[in-house]
Amino acid sequence: MDFELTDEHRMVQHMVREFAQREVAPVIKEYDRKQEMAPFVLDRMAELGILGICLPVRYGGQGMDYIALGLACEELEAVDTTLRVVMSVHVGLNSLGLLQWGTEEQKQRLLAPQARGDKIACFGLTEPGAGSDVAALQSRAVRQGDIYVLNGEKMWISLASKAHHALVVARTDPDAPDPHDGLSAFLVELDTPGVTTGDIHGKLGVRAGSTGWIAFQDTPVPLENRIGEEGEGFKIAMSCLDNGRYTVAAGATGLIRACLEASLRYAKDRHAFGREIGKFQLIQQKIAYMVQSYDAARLLYLRAGWMKNRGLRNTRETSLAKWFATDASFEAASQAIQIHGAYGYSDEYDVERYLRNAKGAIIYEGTSEIHQLMQAAYALEYRRDAPLRCELPPYDAATWQ
Amino acid sequence: MKIVVCVKQVPDSAAKMTVENGQVSWGEAPLVINPWDEYAVEAALVQKEAHGGDVIAVSLGGESAKEALKHALAMGCSEAVLISDPALAGADSQAVAKALAAAIRKIGDVDLVTFGRQAIDGDMGVTAAQTARILGWPALTLVSRISQLDSSSRTIQVERSVEDGRQVVQGKLPAVISVVKDFGEPRYPSFMGIRKASRANIPTWGLGDLGLAAPVSVVSWPKVENPPAREIKTEIIAGSSAQEIAEQLADKLLAEKVL
Ligand SMILES: Cc1cc2nc3c(=O)[nH]c(=O)nc-3n(C[C@H](O)[C@H](O)[C@@H](O)COP(=O)(O)OP(=O)(O)OC[C@H]3O[C@@H](n4cnc5c(N)ncnc54)[C@H](O)[C@@H]3O)c2cc1C
Ligand SMILES: Cc1cc2nc3c(=O)[nH]c(=O)nc-3n(C[C@H](O)[C@H](O)[C@H](O)COP(=O)(O)OP(=O)(O)OC[C@H]3O[C@@H](n4cnc5c(N)ncnc54)[C@H](O)[C@@H]3O)c2cc1C
Repeated sequence: MDFELTDEHRMVQHMVREFAQREVAPVIKEYDRKQEMAPFVLDRMAELGILGICLPVRYGGQGMDYIALGLACEELEAVDTTLRVVMSVHVGLNSLGLLQWGTEEQKQRLLAPQARGDKIACFGLTEPGAGSDVAALQSRAVRQGDIYVLNGEKMWISLASKAHHALVVARTDPDAPDPHDGLSAFLVELDTPGVTTGDIHGKLGVRAGSTGWIAFQDTPVPLENRIGEEGEGFKIAMSCLDNGRYTVAAGATGLIRACLEASLRYAKDRHAFGREIGKFQLIQQKIAYMVQSYDAARLLYLRAGWMKNRGLRNTRETSLAKWFATDASFEAASQAIQIHGAYGYSDEYDVERYLRNAKGAIIYEGTSEIHQLMQAAYALEYRRDAPLRCELPPYDAATWQ
Repeated sequence: MKIVVCVKQVPDSAAKMTVENGQVSWGEAPLVINPWDEYAVEAALVQKEAHGGDVIAVSLGGESAKEALKHALAMGCSEAVLISDPALAGADSQAVAKALAAAIRKIGDVDLVTFGRQAIDGDMGVTAAQTARILGWPALTLVSRISQLDSSSRTIQVERSVEDGRQVVQGKLPAVISVVKDFGEPRYPSFMGIRKASRANIPTWGLGDLGLAAPVSVVSWPKVENPPAREIKTEIIAGSSAQEIAEQLADKLLAEKVL
């Protein structure tokens, strides 16, 4: 067993931290208030290679491993959740899905421009009428010769209005005895006719990010953009979530760290009853819990990253990391506000934004309730992971170059 | 174009420096590349990109100084060399300059050497000039822009940032320059660079490799202390209008002879 990060990991961590702290931290409050994405964010993340961090160099990526992806997400969310959301959808839910399920031709044609950051990618699973219950989704894709004709609406889609590519799951076989088997996955280029997108405003959190909708009206999708076989859509979506959830877990860990750091600063600075508030045991208890959840969340996501590097199936471990870290980050943010007193309740400090952002991650990529059901089902042996036709390739330094 | 950049490993600028028994300590704070030296690396890399060639990072320090060198490699330097020798402990800036000059000679055919303006721990700001003196090369200090570099006519023209404006200065190559912040933000390490840096084998040169005898420091620092803690009084001025508050504040500042 080896708990040490490599030099490479430490340098990645440092580089991503520098970017987020230097370029985004100074302006994040302004964009959060405006409910707009800072215009330079995607371009800079592309330019610095962050958008292709863990993809093989031959597919346009930077050739780092899955742990580097997690560390980057931790650093990004320590500044703002919206930076990490970009990684969750562009890398976790979409690009790693193509790496896992795409053909060699699709990887060259569709994945490489994403890995280089020339094309921004999102993930369209949720619909107005179907969230947790994925198999209830209504979008239809009907095959007509060499194309599929796509109709339907996707809702709550991160980067909907910014992305060029969307990985979309739609129903191809309405008569499948098990509705899970009637779904297929498509990489839709969003400049195709019949696609409209828009942003949702008035969200509680993720305000400096884009969350929106994508509607398809008789949108033609070429056959060569179907990912996997017909009927594999549900499995593909779940694989994508194994990777997206990993980035959410790592990000939420960064959010806990941000809460802890803000609380430590404030507890030493603020005085009440003639001493710094850090001297009060009830304040110390809140800090102790943050330390506990930070370390536990970090170990959980790093274990999942290590399993990904080795090519071990990690659906259970990733779900556990995501569930724990997101719940713990909400609690940490709530307690950080408490430590800040009235000042924490205003957007003069960052902690109120942390709380609003933390709530989102308890809902997306599997609500906490869904993760609890999963964990219990594994423990009770009601659930077992069957091998997949395509597994996420293990990290191999040589083949990644 | 063959460029050497000299980088020092220093305690993080956020570190709290204390003096314990005459020894400077920075506690658990991490060691980082001297922030000014990142500008020196940037300057060297910009020249390499414009004219081709190699940038070799050199640092004098303990084994941990390899971290600063790795940072320079990750930013894009081609090679790195560590100068390390137990006999260099306690070296003054002249001894450091002698060792750096010897390394630059050993590397050979160097056209340009870049330095940071000063090290944030030692704060001498003299090592560039001393190294130039030992090499017998022109020293162009506090450079904010390299406006011309011509390897055929062997000339360099730079802009120097000085308090009251700018100076344009010309010199002959090979030359030594020290670089200031106005040069422009240093780049972040790239992922490709990080991978290269983490796999790099950094050679260590001792005094023997440089053909130097143990240096005799001509400067020592017998006493080092933290500044005495200052008494700070805080007073909040109240008043019914901004005008009244400002007047009171102005009176107080005048009474205290601040203005
Ligand atoms: C408490 C204390 C007091 C000291 N007082 C003196 C003193 O009074 N006189 C004296 O001569 N020395 C003194 N020194 C030693 C001095 O700090 C170092 O010898 C030294 O590296 C040169 O000075 P500097 O670090 O301030 O560098 P500066 O001259 O400020 O550095 C300028 C540039 O030179 C380069 N550079 C500096 N050091 C290195 C290095 N090790 N490797 C590669 N490049 C480098 C960097 O590019 C840097 O940006 C003192 C040291 C201590 C701990
Ligand atoms: C900021 C944000 C970004 C998002 N980004 C994306 C994206 O990029 N792509 C995408 O496809 N989706 C995205 N989503 C959608 C998200 O994944 C869904 O909101 C989520 O899966 C929950 O679905 P729902 O909102 O329809 O809630 P529902 O499924 O309707 O659930 C409502 C409540 O019922 C509970 N519940 C449901 N089923 C059960 C059960 N069996 N047992 C116990 N409780 C249950 C849920 O836990 C929840 O508390 C995003 C959402 C948000 C808020």
